[in-house]
Amino acid sequence: MSTGGVDSRRVVFSWVMLAPFLVLFLVFVVYPLIQSAFLAANQTFGPGTRTFVGTKNFELLISDPVFWKAIRNTFIYALGSLFVQLPIAFLLALALNSPKLRGRGIYRLIFFSPQLMGLVFVSILGALAFEKRAGLINQALDAAGINDLLVWVTGNDAWLEPDWLQQHVMATLILISLWLYVGFNMIYFLAALQSVDKSLLEAAEIDGAGPWGKLRHVIFPSVKPVATFVILLSMIGSLQLFELPYILLESSGGPDNKGLTIVMYLYQNGFDLGDLGFASAIGWVLALILIGLALVQVKLTRAQEVNA
Amino acid sequence: MSAGQRKINKWILHAILVLLAIVTLVPYVWLIIASLKGQDDFFSAIFLPPGDGAFGIGWDKLSLDNYRALFDLGFEVNLINSVFYSATTALFATLICAATGFVLAKHQFRGRNLITLVVLGALIVPPTLLLAPGYELLYDLNLLDTSWGLLLPLIAPAFGVFLFRQAVIQSVPDELLEAARIDGCSEWSVFFIVVLPLVRPMIGAFMLITFLGMWNNFISPQIVLQTADKQPLSVAIAQLRGVYKTDYGLLTAATVVSVLPVAALFLFLQKQFISGLTSGAVKG
Repeated sequence: MSTGGVDSRRVVFSWVMLAPFLVLFLVFVVYPLIQSAFLAANQTFGPGTRTFVGTKNFELLISDPVFWKAIRNTFIYALGSLFVQLPIAFLLALALNSPKLRGRGIYRLIFFSPQLMGLVFVSILGALAFEKRAGLINQALDAAGINDLLVWVTGNDAWLEPDWLQQHVMATLILISLWLYVGFNMIYFLAALQSVDKSLLEAAEIDGAGPWGKLRHVIFPSVKPVATFVILLSMIGSLQLFELPYILLESSGGPDNKGLTIVMYLYQNGFDLGDLGFASAIGWVLALILIGLALVQVKLTRAQEVNA
Repeated sequence: MSAGQRKINKWILHAILVLLAIVTLVPYVWLIIASLKGQDDFFSAIFLPPGDGAFGIGWDKLSLDNYRALFDLGFEVNLINSVFYSATTALFATLICAATGFVLAKHQFRGRNLITLVVLGALIVPPTLLLAPGYELLYDLNLLDTSWGLLLPLIAPAFGVFLFRQAVIQSVPDELLEAARIDGCSEWSVFFIVVLPLVRPMIGAFMLITFLGMWNNFISPQIVLQTADKQPLSVAIAQLRGVYKTDYGLLTAATVVSVLPVAALFLFLQKQFISGLTSGAVKG
């Protein structure tokens, strides 16, 4: 058949187009993924020095109190950001959703802008702003008299010059990430609010629904799919938190490992101590947690679709 | 609700929004002013140092000295590195992902479904899982402390293939491809002349998010690159903090230099950026 030549030429073209991706993907994703399973059963002292240890890495891991501390810190951060950040992001989106609001474009740009700085540079800014003596936060609290108030309320002189980075690490991490991510999540919620059916809102108004009624019966149900997606995205990102505490605490876990996260624990073991095997074991535990979360989200979304 | 009540509500809303906007913006103002201040003035005022200039401010105490000190340390090398790494990643990732996404969306051949499935499956692999084995691989390939070792693992993201496959399915009709072929276009010109222009919004958005992603990438260069001259801004600034911990002027100046190019790029290409961010989200 005359089309035979064209077809085979097209197949060759397909593979030529795919080749760069496939080669890089096989070498730098698939191969390391397979290796990570082998590595997790080995101990190393730097690359290329494997000693088989079987399941010992996992046994060491679950009996290491530092690991549980890292898990605890990471989840506190993730839940903290979830319950502080997302409600504020949603309220901001609701406020900016009205087309009649003057300056909504400017507000949107301002709230979104910290995202542009990028996590590393925000971490540097955060480290300087929360610095004990010359930092923006303590100087501002002092100028506003809030420090004196806190000392008066708590009866604790430490509030005169709170040491955010050493004593209140988790709160500092959550506050900085609030500044950084609230506008980013707001953008998703704004996009979701576009899909709210205007005629449904009008119908609800005619039926005598107040603002709360409209929120509950019209807006929440139509924002729900995006909301579950944003929650998942935020959880996945939070559980892999690394740069912010790594830079704030200068590559340590902070006093008593108060700010150590799972990925920092992985980094310390794999790259400071050179045990890539133990680091891979930590990587697998983290991966299983993340995949578990994703599966829960898929289940929830399915359940919603069935109910709808 | 009465008209008066509505007006009051509107003012309360604006008051809250303005307050939040100020809270968001103050760190920038502080950062920029701090980068112009001398070390002593950090303790005399939060923002501008007091003095005998206009408004009781010591304008003469502000200078570009911190920036001079920064470039005396050779910070421009890291700036150039960041531009190079980010631009290269954005360009190659876009080309590779667009080509792969197009073929997976529109071409029929054996193995297509399997590849698509594997690419989608790869989306759930957390990048942190690949850190340790990836490092070992770069060691085996002798690519540690080289630009290749940094860039090669980052220029074929499965996420990008997924995005371009979706974009091609959504905005490239089969009839158009057939018509182009009947008109005598080779498969190459079909891709470059017909397909790429049709997915231009995705190209713009994807280039921008990849560029920014690389600009802000810390953990990859931190692990791969050891030589100071090869490091991008993200790693260089963290090391600067390690050495000059209390030199607030130097560190704030370094932050301004690191962030300014990206902020300018964003303001220039704002629309595409926001659409790129939400492109992964479900529509409707």
